[in-house]
Amino acid sequence: MTAAVASESAGPRRIRLADMGPFIALAVVILAGVMINSSFLSGTNIANVVTRSAFVAIIAVGATFVISSGGLDLSVGSMMAFVTGIMILAMNRLEPSMGGYAIVAGAGIGLVVGALCGLLNGLIVTVGKIEPFIATLGTMGIFRALITWMSDGGSIPIERTLREPYRPVYFGNVMGIPVPVLLTLVVVLVGAFVLYRTKYGRRCMAAGSNADVARFSGVSVAKVRTMAFVIQGLCVAIAAICYIPRLGAATPTTGQLWELQVITAVVIGGTALRGGKARVWGTVAGALILEVIANLMVLSNMVSEYLVAAVQGVIIILAMLAHRFIK
Amino acid sequence: MTMAEALPIPGPSPVQPALPLPAMQAMGLCKAYGPITVLTDIALDIRAGEVHAIIGENGAGKSTLMKLLSGHVLPTAGQLTMEGQPVEFADAVAAEAAGVVLVHQEILLAGDLTVAENLFLGRELTRGPMVDDRAMNRRAAQILASIGAHCHPRDPVGGLPLAQRQLVQIARALLEPRKVVIFDEPTAVLANDEVAALLAVVRGLRDQGAAVLYISHRLDEVEALADRITVLRDGRMIGTWPARGLSQRDMAELMVGRKLDMLYPPKRPAAAADPLLRVEGLSVDHGAVQGSFAVRPGEVLGIGGMIGSGRTEMFEGLMGLRPATGSAVLNGAAMAHRSVGAWQAAGLVYLTEDRKGKGLLLDEPLGPNLTLQALVEVHPRLTLDRKAEGAAVGKAVADYDIRVRSVHLDAGQLSGGNQQKLLLAKVMLTDPQVVIIDEPTRGIDIGNKNQIYDFIDQLVRTGKACIVISSELPELVGLSDRVLVMRGGRIVAELTGDQITEQNVVYAATSGEGHGPQGAQP
Repeated sequence: MTAAVASESAGPRRIRLADMGPFIALAVVILAGVMINSSFLSGTNIANVVTRSAFVAIIAVGATFVISSGGLDLSVGSMMAFVTGIMILAMNRLEPSMGGYAIVAGAGIGLVVGALCGLLNGLIVTVGKIEPFIATLGTMGIFRALITWMSDGGSIPIERTLREPYRPVYFGNVMGIPVPVLLTLVVVLVGAFVLYRTKYGRRCMAAGSNADVARFSGVSVAKVRTMAFVIQGLCVAIAAICYIPRLGAATPTTGQLWELQVITAVVIGGTALRGGKARVWGTVAGALILEVIANLMVLSNMVSEYLVAAVQGVIIILAMLAHRFIK
Repeated sequence: MTMAEALPIPGPSPVQPALPLPAMQAMGLCKAYGPITVLTDIALDIRAGEVHAIIGENGAGKSTLMKLLSGHVLPTAGQLTMEGQPVEFADAVAAEAAGVVLVHQEILLAGDLTVAENLFLGRELTRGPMVDDRAMNRRAAQILASIGAHCHPRDPVGGLPLAQRQLVQIARALLEPRKVVIFDEPTAVLANDEVAALLAVVRGLRDQGAAVLYISHRLDEVEALADRITVLRDGRMIGTWPARGLSQRDMAELMVGRKLDMLYPPKRPAAAADPLLRVEGLSVDHGAVQGSFAVRPGEVLGIGGMIGSGRTEMFEGLMGLRPATGSAVLNGAAMAHRSVGAWQAAGLVYLTEDRKGKGLLLDEPLGPNLTLQALVEVHPRLTLDRKAEGAAVGKAVADYDIRVRSVHLDAGQLSGGNQQKLLLAKVMLTDPQVVIIDEPTRGIDIGNKNQIYDFIDQLVRTGKACIVISSELPELVGLSDRVLVMRGGRIVAELTGDQITEQNVVYAATSGEGHGPQGAQP
C-alpha cells in the first residue's frame, strides 16, 4: 500500500486546464497573425518578434520570483535604465586600459549593481516592513532620477570602439538562433530549475502562498523575499547587458513603463499576483503574447498602432476573467 | 438524566411564582447545520429587571443560542415569544426593531470614525439632506454619560483604550430603548478594573427594567452579577437555577458533569527523569506573564485555561513567533536564540491551533505541505528529491492513517481530521524530542480524535515529551499526566494525579485570585 502511494505521488501531476491557458492564448494570437498577414510567419518576422520580447521576458522571469514569493517590483524599468547607464559609464572608463575586455568587466559590474539594486528593494520591504508596492514605487522614482541626472537629461553613448565587438550580443546568432533568444532560454531554464527543483523554490512558493504557514514551518520569509528581489535585480542586469548594443546608449526614457509590461506578462502567464503560484513558462508565453500583438498591429492596418497599449490592457483583463471562469 | 440529580445542588425550581409575562421566552429551540446539531430543545425565559447568565464549556452552544435569540441565526425548530406574543426574527435588524439586541464579543467599530459617527453608523440623524453632526454628538454624549463612558463623542474610536471601545459598542446597542440586551462575553478582553465598570453598566441596565442575558466564562462575574443561571452542555440545556443557591464550584461541576469513557489511552507511570524542556520566566507581550514550567520525557503536560488566557501566546512566544523574554533549556542546552528553525534543530516543534491559517498551504498538495518544515532533511542535495518526497508522503499516509483519494489533492480538500493528521505528520518529520500541540483535535470527529490521542500516547511512551494545549476539558483531563492552568496570562495552578479533574481545571481557570484548589507553583 505504501509503495503504491509512493509511486503514484512520484508520477506526473495532473495538468489543469487553467495552467494551459497562456499557451492556448499564445496559439490563438499566432493563428490570428497567420490569418491577418501571411508574412507574419516568415523567419525574419518571427526572429524579430521573439528577439524584441527578450528583454521583457528576462525581466519577467525575475518578476515571477518576486510575485510568487508575495512581493511586487515596480522599479524594474527604471532600474534597467540605471544599470544600463552605470554599465556604459564603466565600460567607457575601462576601455582605454582593457580594450574589448571592458565589455566583460562592465557586464560583471552591471550584474553586481543589479543585484545590489534588488537587495536594496528587498531590504526596504523585509527589514523596513514597507509594502512592496510603495517601496518599489519609491525606488522607481530614485532610479529614474539617477539615470536622468547621470545623462544630464540627454543620453550616455557607449564608446565607438566598443560598438563593434559588443554588437553580436544583440544582433548575433548561433546556428540561426538570435543571441537574445538563447539568453532568454538560459534565464528561463535556470529560473524554472530554481523555482521547481530547489528548496529555495519551495520556500518561495510557501512564503507567497501563506506567509504565516511559512513562518510557523521555520521558513524565514524575509530572507526568501529579499532573495527574490536580488534575483529580480540580476535578471534586470542580464536584460541590460543584452540591451546596450541595440541602441548603444542609455537615456532617461530607457525601459520606461516596462514594469507594466513585465507585470502583465507574469500575470497573463498564470502566476497569481497574490503569490504562491509561479509559472515561469507561462511568463514567457505572456511576454510573447504581448509582443506578437504589438507586431500584428504594426503589420495589419486594421487598428492604429497607437492603440497597442489599449489592446494589451484588454488582454490582461480578458486573461484574468478567463482564469476566474476556468477555475 | 441531568447531572443535577447526582449533584448536591438544588434542582431547577419546579414551581414558578406568578410573574408578569417574561420579556422573552424560548420553547423547544433547536439549531442544526446540515446533519450536525448544535442546539437541542432549549427552553428559556428571560424576565425584565433580571440578569440571566448562560454558562457552559467552549462549544456548549452558548454563542449559537445568543445568535438565535437576536435574529443573527434562524432556528431549525422552536418558538420565540416576547411578552407572550409569538415572534419570528428574519434577521438581526428585525430583532432590534422588536427591542432585542446582541452586544458582540468582538469589537466591531470603524477605527477612523469618531465615537458619535460609529454610534450612528447606518442610522445617521439628518436635517434635510445634511448629516446633523451636532444632534448626533449631543445624543451620543447623553448615552455615553448614562453608561459611565469617559470618552468624548468626537474622539476617534481607534485611539481609545479597549475598555472604552467596548463601552462605545454597548452604547451603540443602547441607542434606542431595548427590552432584551444580550452580552456575549463582554469582559473577555478587559482588565480587572475595567470589568468592574462594565458590571456596573450591566446592573444599571437591569435596574432600568431591561432583561439582560449574560454569557461569560468567568464564573466569579456570573456569581457577582446573575439573578438566575442556565447551564448548557453539548448543545443541551442542563437546567436553570436561582444564582443564590449556586457556588462557583457548583457551576463548574454542572458545566462539565460528564463521564469519561475509553476514548483516552491509560495513563502512564509517573515520569522521573530530568526534564527535557525547562522554561523560566517567559513573558510575551499581550500574552503570558512570567511563565515557568518543565516537561519530562515520557510525560504529557496539559495546558488548560479559557480561550484568551494566554496559552497560545505563551507558546508562540517560546517558539520565537512573538516577541518574548525569558530563558529556556532543552536537553540541557540553553536556547539563547529562539526561532522555529533553531528549536527544530534542537528537537522541539510547535503545532499550531490554526491549521488552516498557519498550519497548511491549502492550495498545495500533500507532498509540499508534508516536507515544508523538514525540507533540508528530506532534500539534502541541491535539487528536490521527488522520490524521497513521494516515499515520505506514502509513509505519512500509512503511519498516520491519512485518508485521501489521491495524494495530488490539495490540502484544502482534505477533511479536518485528515488535515490535522497531515499537520502532525509534517512536524514529526523533523524527528523532535518535544512536541507542543495546540488544540490537537479542534473540530474533528471522534474517530480521528481517538487516533490522535493514541498517537500522543505512543509518542511519549518512546521517551519523548508532549505538551498539549486544549480547551476541551475531557481531552485535557484524559490525556495529561500533569496540568497547568492559565488565567490572565499567568500559570495559576498545577494539578497532578487525582487533582486532574474537569472541575478543578474550570475552577482554577475561572475563579478566585490565583488560589485554586492547589495554589500556583511557579
